[in-house]
Amino acid sequence: MKPSGLGRISLVNRDLKQYVGLVGVLGLLVVVFSLLSDHFFSARTLTTIVNQIPDLTVVAVGMTLVLIIGGIDLSVGSVLALSSATLGLAMIDWGWPFGLAAMLAIAVGVVFGVTNGTLSVWFGIPSFIVTLGMLEVARGAAYLATDSQTRYIGKSVEFIGVPLGVVPISPAVIVAFGIVLMSHLMLTRTVMGRYLIAIGTNDNAVRMSGIDSRPYRVMVFAFSGLMCGIAGLMQASRLSSADPNAAVGFELSAIAAAVIGGTSLMGGRGSVISTMFGVLIIAVLQTGLASVGVEEPFKRVITGCVIIGAVLLDAWRRNK
Amino acid sequence: MRLGNNRLEVTRVSKAYATKVLDEVSFDLAAGEIHALIGANGAGKSTLSRIIAGLIPATSGQMELDGKVYAPKNKADAERAGVQIVQQELNLIGSLTIAENLFFNRLPHRFGFIDRRRLHELAKQAMQTVGLGEISLDMQTESLGVGVRQLIEIASALSRDCRVLILDEPTAALTNQEADLLFERLRQMRTNGISMIYISHRLDEIRKLCDRLTVLRDGKFVCTAKVAETPTAQMIAMMSGDSKKPRADTEPAADLNTPATFVPSRRISNDNDNDNDVALRVSKLCRGPLVRDVSFELKRGQRLGITGLNGSGRSELLRAIFGADQAESGEVQIANSTGRRFSHPQQAVRAGVALVTEDRKLDGLLLPLPIMSNVTIASLSRFATIGFISRLGEHTTTADLVGKVAAKCDSIEQPVDQLSGGNQQKVVLAKWLLRDPDVLLLDEPTRGIDVDARQRIHGLIRELAARGKGVVIVSSDLDELLEHCDSIAVMSAGKMVATFNRDQFSLSDIMAASFSQYHVQGAPQS
Repeated sequence: MKPSGLGRISLVNRDLKQYVGLVGVLGLLVVVFSLLSDHFFSARTLTTIVNQIPDLTVVAVGMTLVLIIGGIDLSVGSVLALSSATLGLAMIDWGWPFGLAAMLAIAVGVVFGVTNGTLSVWFGIPSFIVTLGMLEVARGAAYLATDSQTRYIGKSVEFIGVPLGVVPISPAVIVAFGIVLMSHLMLTRTVMGRYLIAIGTNDNAVRMSGIDSRPYRVMVFAFSGLMCGIAGLMQASRLSSADPNAAVGFELSAIAAAVIGGTSLMGGRGSVISTMFGVLIIAVLQTGLASVGVEEPFKRVITGCVIIGAVLLDAWRRNK
Repeated sequence: MRLGNNRLEVTRVSKAYATKVLDEVSFDLAAGEIHALIGANGAGKSTLSRIIAGLIPATSGQMELDGKVYAPKNKADAERAGVQIVQQELNLIGSLTIAENLFFNRLPHRFGFIDRRRLHELAKQAMQTVGLGEISLDMQTESLGVGVRQLIEIASALSRDCRVLILDEPTAALTNQEADLLFERLRQMRTNGISMIYISHRLDEIRKLCDRLTVLRDGKFVCTAKVAETPTAQMIAMMSGDSKKPRADTEPAADLNTPATFVPSRRISNDNDNDNDVALRVSKLCRGPLVRDVSFELKRGQRLGITGLNGSGRSELLRAIFGADQAESGEVQIANSTGRRFSHPQQAVRAGVALVTEDRKLDGLLLPLPIMSNVTIASLSRFATIGFISRLGEHTTTADLVGKVAAKCDSIEQPVDQLSGGNQQKVVLAKWLLRDPDVLLLDEPTRGIDVDARQRIHGLIRELAARGKGVVIVSSDLDELLEHCDSIAVMSAGKMVATFNRDQFSLSDIMAASFSQYHVQGAPQS
């Protein structure tokens, strides 16, 4: 009667297994592009790729958590742009020092996230609609903050995106990696993480178990806003300026990265580490196709096919 | 005896799933007759009517309609033969208009386009048959009240070729005036030669409307009689089957559970002061039409069963106590705390109340998640240090509990949706065992569960009661309550009408109480 194998803790094994497929796909892409192009497989290309992705990575991490609770955040690209515009406004027009301006930029992201969460959770409006509205609001606000022009900030923000001397990676990459690790621990090891997965699985059952899910759901949207704020700084530093046109369509890349990593759009299932691999796959594909000389229209067709293929593969593995 | 003028003859019809739910039932329906079908929960009324309406096939037996063999393969088949059913669940499509709903699968059309004018004419005629000829036919049905929606369903049935009309609790959602209007229409149809099978708990309606009645009990035919010649008390006696006596507990812990009096407290509160023996006190709780001014008291160590007909408000009462639906007035008092009303289950759980819901898949379990997550979800803080869950603690505790409730599984990592219904229910129980509430509310805890699991679950409930917990068990299965409860409260039409102690258990009294609120306001009894 007593169930067998109860004493063994097998979580670690299961976690590792779920990454094998993603690492395989990533490896395959690197091999294919290395064979097709002479200069793809070089330290320089690889560090370029890694230094390109921190903004998408942190936004996709936020998106993953939102998707896990069964929501969606379409406003991420616009909020990112607004955060970067705020940085420009504060530093150039108001002459604020970088630290203070950065805090304001991040705060703007959090405010938008909290607003998204409050409207959708407390007023019961689907997050798709709320964040679609916020996508417009934040983009418009970004244009207003910059007079619809790209504002050059200069050296004072570049340090975030410039590789450090000792290792060929930038502070932004280190921050992004730290966020991935901490979010992963939060999701897999903490009470909050367990609640998020349970909420996305069956919010009714969570409620009837005596848990009020609403504060947790608002927190997830706030976190997504925080990630947009941080990503706004990263992007401003890479461009050395505040661009109100930045990150148009970013929400779709973030969703694509999460979905390639196996996160379910229905909620209840997802992994932050897998999402990071999703981001890497997209980045390698983009850079690889460019280095092979594929033109933009074809790049888009191929990227789209890879997204669908990844989800098909995931569904097939799950049904097996 | 075969009469020449029988519209419908049902001969030795049976239906078996895992068990026999209908056992060789025969009855006949005359032309131009309203025939009541009555019986307690699970007597087989709905099963029989669903077989006649072609919704489910019979396992064995024959039917004849107007002297010809009648064996409908599906609902459409039955409708073509002239047998229509109006079910309890409303089947209207909310976003469509009244007219579109009435003729949904037979919309008049020309060249592929709906013929609006013709549809309107037909719909107007149909609505006139239920006395609603003046209603605007372009209204969307979702904007209408339940009563009107019910009448639309009836109009839809009547607008077809209708020789036999089956009505399953048609007045459950109607006001008295609407019901009277409906009865008038049904009497008119009777003079036009339409035969009707009328299912209802409301014995006063049956007396007002019906010619004959057939009683079913536990899936078996009891008798057919003329309504005018059958006193209400006799109807109730036939439904309950007087002969049954309450059974004693069959398991070892029985000595704890056969109190001689209503107050079972003293023998249990051996671990605590004896003044603190109230686990739950509910005072004048109201919530909608199905929880009306309910008061009762549950002692520590008591197992209180709540019975009543389907739709009498048993589940709604539990949900209102637990804060799953917010009560409008009244109070809930846990142990000696001050009275309050819970507005979210979180408050109830923190106060020491747990609810095992009726539909474990809908709101009891996190189906695709492992057993472990399901067991610990309500008690995670117990394993947490600064928010981090101790994996080892969670594992060993869950393994212990899963062993204790004897849930069969490969490992506690197994997703719950791979388990059988009985084992899923054990997982739900394990969740609340871990939380260790003082009051446990159980809504149909053993429905659809095999005998072994049932025994195990009742064993656990008995243990909890012996440890001084108060337990409320709602069940449609009265036998289950008679066997396992210290006392039984009866709900009827949203009111708690009676409470019986173990030494007073009597099937016919309980049955009479169950029906009581359904005929008090109605016509005078014979």
